[in-house]
Amino acid sequence: MALSKADVNNINITPTASKAIRWNSAADGFEAGALGGSMVLLSTQTASGSANLSFTSGIDSTYDSYVFKFINIHPSETASFMFNLSIDSGSNYNVTKTTTHFRAYHLESGSASALGYETGVDLAQSTAFQDLTGDSIGTANDSGVSGSLHLFSPSSTTFVKHFMSNLSLLKTDNEIKNTFVAGYGNTTSAVDAIQFKMDNGNIDSGVIKMYGIT
Amino acid sequence: MAISKFNYNSFNVTPVASKALAFNSDADGFTTASSSSMILIKTLTASSSATLSFVDGADSVVLDDTYPIYKFEFINIHPATNTAKLTFQGDTGTNTSYNQTITSTFFNSQHKEDGSGGSLGYETSHDQAQGTAFQDITNGIGNLNDENMNGELKIFSPSSGTFVKHFISTVQSNYDTNWSMNSYMAGYFNTTTALTRAQFKMSSGNIDSGIIKLYGIK
Repeated sequence: MALSKADVNNINITPTASKAIRWNSAADGFEAGALGGSMVLLSTQTASGSANLSFTSGIDSTYDSYVFKFINIHPSETASFMFNLSIDSGSNYNVTKTTTHFRAYHLESGSASALGYETGVDLAQSTAFQDLTGDSIGTANDSGVSGSLHLFSPSSTTFVKHFMSNLSLLKTDNEIKNTFVAGYGNTTSAVDAIQFKMDNGNIDSGVIKMYGIT
Repeated sequence: MAISKFNYNSFNVTPVASKALAFNSDADGFTTASSSSMILIKTLTASSSATLSFVDGADSVVLDDTYPIYKFEFINIHPATNTAKLTFQGDTGTNTSYNQTITSTFFNSQHKEDGSGGSLGYETSHDQAQGTAFQDITNGIGNLNDENMNGELKIFSPSSGTFVKHFISTVQSNYDTNWSMNSYMAGYFNTTTALTRAQFKMSSGNIDSGIIKLYGIK
């Protein structure tokens, strides 16, 4: 029988750190569970002179899609920011990918701006890391890149693995660049890990957060 | 010490309006917590489906002024017919014609697996100018076993009685066996009447499989 009124004797649940108290599915008692949101923070990694940041757990069939947020990624050397996927829990980051890459840019001086496709940084059935910025991020103290990458259904064993990203970076020549990279990991094996790194030097600082979307 | 059994005396938390009650990080007491700003409203799963429809007030669907933004997420959409496009329309009140007037834009970034064809461009065949047809969200999607389409579509303030209803989509799909297609579509329903429903279907044939989720965003 569903509860008509909450009673202290009905609250007989086991405490679970950082979980909320919610009605159970029969509405006749309570349980510990996630708050009502659909975007669940799963992991946060903070770079500090890091060669790479890798997420090797938590990517499975629990969520239909995963979102990675990049916050103030700052390189130790003038470098591009890139990623790759793994189907063996991070032992190898070498999934075959076909991708597209276009960008808009504008110089602080106002002297140039454009929108266009970038043929030099897309991939065609390549296992290389995918460049998400297409150009070097500056190392000035206030330079960096922020944005997000959306990875769909990584655990599917039927379909290829689509992804889309949108980043904004401050280039070495005082230029804003807005990049749009998308494509697919051309594998029907489950993707279970992802790695981010610079193409030169380390990730000096910055935060990458991984969310699951219910 | 962690709580071993729920105790009335453990409720030593200061109430905060519109917050939830949650266990703290040590699980030895309580704290207040916020729920997420993105709430899953409804999940529809296609199985050789001619259409997937989200109707306010039906089957737990909310599509009214509860949220200012609604987001549809597409997971592994697989068409029965090769190169069929995923399309959508909306309607008002209890109408089921799905023929609202739309003006829209559509552009693509594309690249072939053999390294050719990398380009960015506007696609005039997928936009509308005061048209009432279903709006293309994608280019044609391949229907090989591993081909599919994923992405999202947002509709802003569908229940407004003042403004036209803007929408924006970004999707990624396979096209014609070996193309990667990244499509960007946007536009508006040119009506000041509240939308109450949205329908998705392929331009040809059924939605063989796939999931469409509806979220409300606060």
